[in-house]
Amino acid sequence: MNIHEYQGKELLRKYGVSTPRGIACFSVDEAVQAAQQLGGKVWVVKAQIHAGGRGKGGGVKVAKSLEQVRGHASEILGMTLITHQTGPEGRLVKRLLIEEGAEIKKELYVGMVVDRGTQRVALMASSEGGMDIEEVAAQTPEKIHKVFIDPIAGLKDSEADDIARKIGVPEQSIAQARSFMQGLYKAFDESDASLAEINPLILDGNDRVIALDAKFNFDSNALYRRPEIVAMRDLDEEDPAEIEASKFDLAYISLDGNIGCLVNGAGLAMATMDVIKLYGGSPANFLDVGGGATTEKVTEAFKLMLRNPSLEAILVNIFGGIMKCDVIATGVVAAARQVDLKVPLVVRMKGTNEDLGKKILAESGLPIIAASNMADAAQKVVSAATGK
Amino acid sequence: MSILINKNTRVMTQGITGKTGQFHTQMCRDYANGKNCFVAGVNPKKAGEDFEGIPIFGNVIEAKEQTGATVSVIYVPPPFAAAAIDEAVDAGLDLVICITEGIPVRDMIRTRHRMQGKKTILLGPNCPGVITPDEIKIGIMPGHIHKKGRIGVVSRSGTLTYEAAGQLQEYGLGQSTVVGIGGDPVSGLKHIDVLRLFNDDPDTDAVIMVGEIGGDAEETCARWIKDHMRKPVVGFIAGVTAPPGKRMGHAGAIISGGKGTAQEKLSVMEACGIKVTRNPAEMGKLLKSVL
Repeated sequence: MNIHEYQGKELLRKYGVSTPRGIACFSVDEAVQAAQQLGGKVWVVKAQIHAGGRGKGGGVKVAKSLEQVRGHASEILGMTLITHQTGPEGRLVKRLLIEEGAEIKKELYVGMVVDRGTQRVALMASSEGGMDIEEVAAQTPEKIHKVFIDPIAGLKDSEADDIARKIGVPEQSIAQARSFMQGLYKAFDESDASLAEINPLILDGNDRVIALDAKFNFDSNALYRRPEIVAMRDLDEEDPAEIEASKFDLAYISLDGNIGCLVNGAGLAMATMDVIKLYGGSPANFLDVGGGATTEKVTEAFKLMLRNPSLEAILVNIFGGIMKCDVIATGVVAAARQVDLKVPLVVRMKGTNEDLGKKILAESGLPIIAASNMADAAQKVVSAATGK
Repeated sequence: MSILINKNTRVMTQGITGKTGQFHTQMCRDYANGKNCFVAGVNPKKAGEDFEGIPIFGNVIEAKEQTGATVSVIYVPPPFAAAAIDEAVDAGLDLVICITEGIPVRDMIRTRHRMQGKKTILLGPNCPGVITPDEIKIGIMPGHIHKKGRIGVVSRSGTLTYEAAGQLQEYGLGQSTVVGIGGDPVSGLKHIDVLRLFNDDPDTDAVIMVGEIGGDAEETCARWIKDHMRKPVVGFIAGVTAPPGKRMGHAGAIISGGKGTAQEKLSVMEACGIKVTRNPAEMGKLLKSVL
């Protein structure tokens, strides 16, 4: 799960991590009031969407008067912001963050991720802030410094100080940088985050380190125990199909192709997309119905796929293990009838009660195209989708 | 011979009284030598009772001491599963197989940290388990699609493991042991650990290695294979078409920051001399071709 920048900064402030003062707004009037309330002479109007690259896309603007705040706010609020992370369709801006302006002496970077190799949280920091960190990692890997944090001891003073010095924090600010990074780790750890990124982390005119941006992702396995994080979820930022799928405990991801896939198991679901592509087709979605699919779940899965206007054909690929093929077949037949299926349906079934499942499909009277293996299924669905 | 488990392995089930634990304990007991292998269950609230004749103990140590079980399989729900692993590790079991899906990563980081220097091997979590065909199955895989033989299989995905076993069967090839290492980012055995075991197993002739997007465990394993593996290995990586930044079902199946792509993994594997296929329907055929 992701949250907005302003929410990330609220989280950071709870842990004593310094950020600029700011107020989240939902209208132009609120934005002007927020600027008045913050005071000062310079404000930053920032679009709040769950994607990076907002500045380049025109979603972040500096204002030097209340009139400018009003102007920028009316321009950004309601705009469709296109960045390298939103895709060509862009994202509608519905929230703003009005922040006090900060004097930027230097831009740095600090981030945290779960490192699979060491099985610890890795703190990554760099003197090269404000740019894409993957580019820094690719071009000048020596400028990225890492600490793998002991989960019991936490981020030690010596580790924090060392990394602060390595990224060029001046000596008089080391103590403040230490408490910044320790606060960030505590926020990360205690909220079950899976990623945190402060880019840029700045040195201001007084050499204080301040989080100018804040990006957080959270471990969805842990949301059950983090109601305060779940409360920050913004459904406007998520794909409606994916939200609907999650209600039925289906793992669904929209893609831009025209062949729907319904598969049991995440690995097999990915492999099914891959084999469709291999035979010249293009998958419309990733969909894992899981190990305990019922007729209801399969029906909902069909409804989800059929909402997609680009859909030209459907491939059902089931390797029945504990999940029996006849149960799936019954579900597929019921769903196809209920949704009045108009697109070609290719089914490949293998494993437990395979023969019984195939019999149910054959006797249903539905125009189901049977396939003997994954490659055969992919070839058949690709030609069905292209109408050949 | 086989790796990790055989017909003489004695197993306890942590979480034996839950719906999943009950169902799969029954299925495992009904498979091959399962009746003799599954000797204990653990549930602190039901100590002294039994599940269809399998005695239930209040904790892992008691179950171990009373029955001689050295392996545990865990079906405990996600909020309590990491603590169940900790208990099994503290009791000094040889192998812990955690089936549970959905354990918070933060819990697993702490559990893996606690395991440092301990002898217990962890498989999973979020895995289908392990099977040595015709001897014993510990986990949720369907027994009947497997056949005794000399091919090792290791995979992060459950159903792709079944797919691989099913394809081998079409070519008349059985399996020595099939290991599902699971789809979580922080977990126990990795591809490389399982490949090491297969390398030393006199009854394994070749290995199918199935991977997926996310992390770099497949690359690490491929480099090891190049220098040390004495047996042919073939591979498939799922997720060539997966979009970046999206979690593809498994918690660990995500391309982040341009890293962990299927293409990168396939390239490294090929460069290390591993035959790979981009067609998941051809894993069995490819394996057959290297024998």
